[in-house]
Amino acid sequence: MSELVLTGPETETALTQEYFINMGPQHPSTHGVLRLVLTIDGEIIRRVEPHIGYIHRSIEKMCEHDSYRQIVHLTDRMDYLSCHMNNEAVCLAVEQALQIEVPERVKVIRTIVSELTRLASHQLWWGVMGMDLGAITSFLYGFRDREMINDIFEETCGARLTMNYNVPGGLMFDIHPNFQKRTKDFVAHFCTKLPEYDRLLSDNPIFRSRTEGVGYLSKEDAIGYGVTGPSGRASGFACDVRKRLPYSAYPQVEFTEIIRTEGDCFARYKARILEMWESLRIIEQLIDNIPEGEFQAPTKQVLKLPKGEYYQRVETARGDFGVYIISEGNKSPYRLKFRSPGFSNLFVLDKVARGSKIADLVAIMSTFDYVMPDIDR
Amino acid sequence: MDNEGLKTILSAWAEGLEWPESPQFLQVRVPAPALHDFARRLKEEHETAFDYLYCLTGVDWPEYMEVVYHLESSRHGHRLVVRARTAGREDPRLDTVSDIWPTADAHEREAYDLLGIRFNRHPDLRRLLLTDDWVGYPLRKDYKDEINMIEL
Amino acid sequence: MYDFTPLVQAIQNYLSAHFSPGVATAIEWTLVILIYLAFYAVLGLVLVYVERRICAFFQLRLGPNRVGWQGTFQTVADAIKLLLKEPVTVNKADKLLFNLAPFIISLAALMVLSVLPFARGLQAFDINIGLLFIIAISSIGVVGILLAGWSSNNKYALIGAMRSGAQIVSYELSVGLSLITMVLLTGTLQLSGIIESQANGWWIFKGHFPAIAAFFLYITASIAEINRGPFDLPEAESELTAGFHTEYSGLKFAFFFLAEFVNMFTVAAIAATVFFGGWMPFHIGDWEAFNRIMDFIPPIIWFFIKVAAIIFLMMWFKWTFPRLRIDQLLHLEWKYLMPLNLMNLILMAILVYLGWHF
Repeated sequence: MSELVLTGPETETALTQEYFINMGPQHPSTHGVLRLVLTIDGEIIRRVEPHIGYIHRSIEKMCEHDSYRQIVHLTDRMDYLSCHMNNEAVCLAVEQALQIEVPERVKVIRTIVSELTRLASHQLWWGVMGMDLGAITSFLYGFRDREMINDIFEETCGARLTMNYNVPGGLMFDIHPNFQKRTKDFVAHFCTKLPEYDRLLSDNPIFRSRTEGVGYLSKEDAIGYGVTGPSGRASGFACDVRKRLPYSAYPQVEFTEIIRTEGDCFARYKARILEMWESLRIIEQLIDNIPEGEFQAPTKQVLKLPKGEYYQRVETARGDFGVYIISEGNKSPYRLKFRSPGFSNLFVLDKVARGSKIADLVAIMSTFDYVMPDIDR
Repeated sequence: MDNEGLKTILSAWAEGLEWPESPQFLQVRVPAPALHDFARRLKEEHETAFDYLYCLTGVDWPEYMEVVYHLESSRHGHRLVVRARTAGREDPRLDTVSDIWPTADAHEREAYDLLGIRFNRHPDLRRLLLTDDWVGYPLRKDYKDEINMIEL
Repeated sequence: MYDFTPLVQAIQNYLSAHFSPGVATAIEWTLVILIYLAFYAVLGLVLVYVERRICAFFQLRLGPNRVGWQGTFQTVADAIKLLLKEPVTVNKADKLLFNLAPFIISLAALMVLSVLPFARGLQAFDINIGLLFIIAISSIGVVGILLAGWSSNNKYALIGAMRSGAQIVSYELSVGLSLITMVLLTGTLQLSGIIESQANGWWIFKGHFPAIAAFFLYITASIAEINRGPFDLPEAESELTAGFHTEYSGLKFAFFFLAEFVNMFTVAAIAATVFFGGWMPFHIGDWEAFNRIMDFIPPIIWFFIKVAAIIFLMMWFKWTFPRLRIDQLLHLEWKYLMPLNLMNLILMAILVYLGWHF
């Protein structure tokens, strides 16, 4: 892997002119309302400037007036593809503050659902990634398998996307009697379908040439820019919160933190594909060992966090998600900050995409897997 | 490195450090003028090597503004919370750390956008989430918006 | 059904018996134009429907199946919808060029159709430079694309048009060279002559390895020439929103859309004519009974079966492969396809000189 070499006409001699192009806010491959102002020389990108905020809802301000039980519901609306993990972060922070000991059963179920959510998110990403590179068929393949996970969620808690399954102290409901069987069916099904993903995209020579060596991000830059999740790990930054600061049932399970050192688009792609295998492994270990017990620890009706500061990190499908609560002892926080992984991942785009082509920028954006509500909050 | 060790090392680096108690992390409050040099040493010294700024939060307190830096070292795995207060609420200013941790660039723009904390020597301090002609800083406690805000 | 010459002759005789020669020719021309225009429109509608069903088949879904039997009238409904849409023109667009571009593209697509032989005697122009005519006319289409991109006053459209220019100029070479390779075998540029020369076997079987190689080179290059996936960079919906036709709507967009599909048909028809014997039935040596059965199927059916098979192949490519990047696309042409084509041409020349083909 090498640095990208800038090619193209010499601007001084050939009398060419750089120009601006607005990519977004409505553009097929910005996945939402992201606006990128590109400075372009022919097809070569000289500068990328992200403009965000088109769906900024000031969730942090809203949280300052809401109770902790309400805040959990708002987190769904940030990274809607990792909604369960976002919920979990707030719940863990509240539980940590109130020193609520949640039952083992809750921890295991939370972990299983987290991993299912991660799988669903990665499946969607895989489909969309193919679509961004022009292979529209992969989109439908990804959705076919994601549908099974959504069905499991629908049966478990009634919602397919923004689930709100977590509440401070445990879960909203117990799992459906079919949950274990259907999850096992899904795992068996998906173990046969995941190699198909490789056959359709990963081993395709055109796909390889579009991603290998494109969009290189060094380890130092990944750390400096705070690029986390599979994107950071593809650059060799060991940042998996599940390994560094294990929460819920992650200490009990065995899985590998996927770290690659190439740092290009294909490494980020492969990191996510391999992460899906690890998620399947985690689910397989836990699904037969859900302990009996309560699905909720007893909590007070109104939660008042003692004065102090609480920070909770979880690993969402996009990276290191943090909740920072400053409490003054009231029923709502004094200040609440969400550290969203997408926000940090977005602002490395200029660093990564400089000197590449417009088509490369699309590949780079899809391998960083941006979800706009997560970035705008 | 454990928290006690860190505390010993850091104490020698600047005058007037305070150590607020917190059960979760080791916290250090740095006087605003010393912030930039302190941050640079935090990243560059071998035994600390805090190279990963994972959260930057602006907080509006009744008397002053505060910026909280959550730091982690990818080499040693230890964590630290650095806090810095501004002089007042009217024209809060702090030195930027975006030249030390590039990710702070965007986070400081967000803090400027929502809280109005100005970061000296920041390369590109503009509104980030809100439109350029927005009046006021929404995350401040005294921010009033008759139309869009619903008080419960 | 097997030979259209008597039918054509009968019409000719009838007209010249009742009208003066000038009027008779004028009526003949009008008939031909009407038939081809109708064929053009129907072909577009059918291919759009087929494409959508095949795409759905590749993508694990059903595709259009509500309007008419199995959704067969879906494209008719779509066409009506496009007709009723407001033709939006960008404020600062170059009005003349903006309106001219779709017609140039349609014209190029339509003119190429005119020399294609569909069956024995069913051909509008049987000119002796048929193949050259096709290569020449099909490259006019790029003018329309360039005009569309330039006149839209949109940067995305401009990038798309520039890509298209670079792409078509490059791939034109490979299309021409691979067809020239086959002309070495046929000895004629006349399309009816090319088909007659395959009466005892298709060139893809008779021409040994160079003919097979030429076929694959031709298919690759011509897919790129008509801007279809995986070489659809001028449109590249995920990068350039819709490329050169970003600003077109309603009927003008339909013209672009239709021309794309008709071009696909043309490319497949040329491949069928040059490599697979056009409307010639499939024969195996001296299996008399088998050959009789094959002869029983009308030539026009043979022609459309071959074309359909090649179109299916092209759709298969489109719905399987990701898109290339512009520099990779040009690398592919200038570093691989071009040299391969030249080598193939020399190989074929030696083969023909030594008389090793059947």
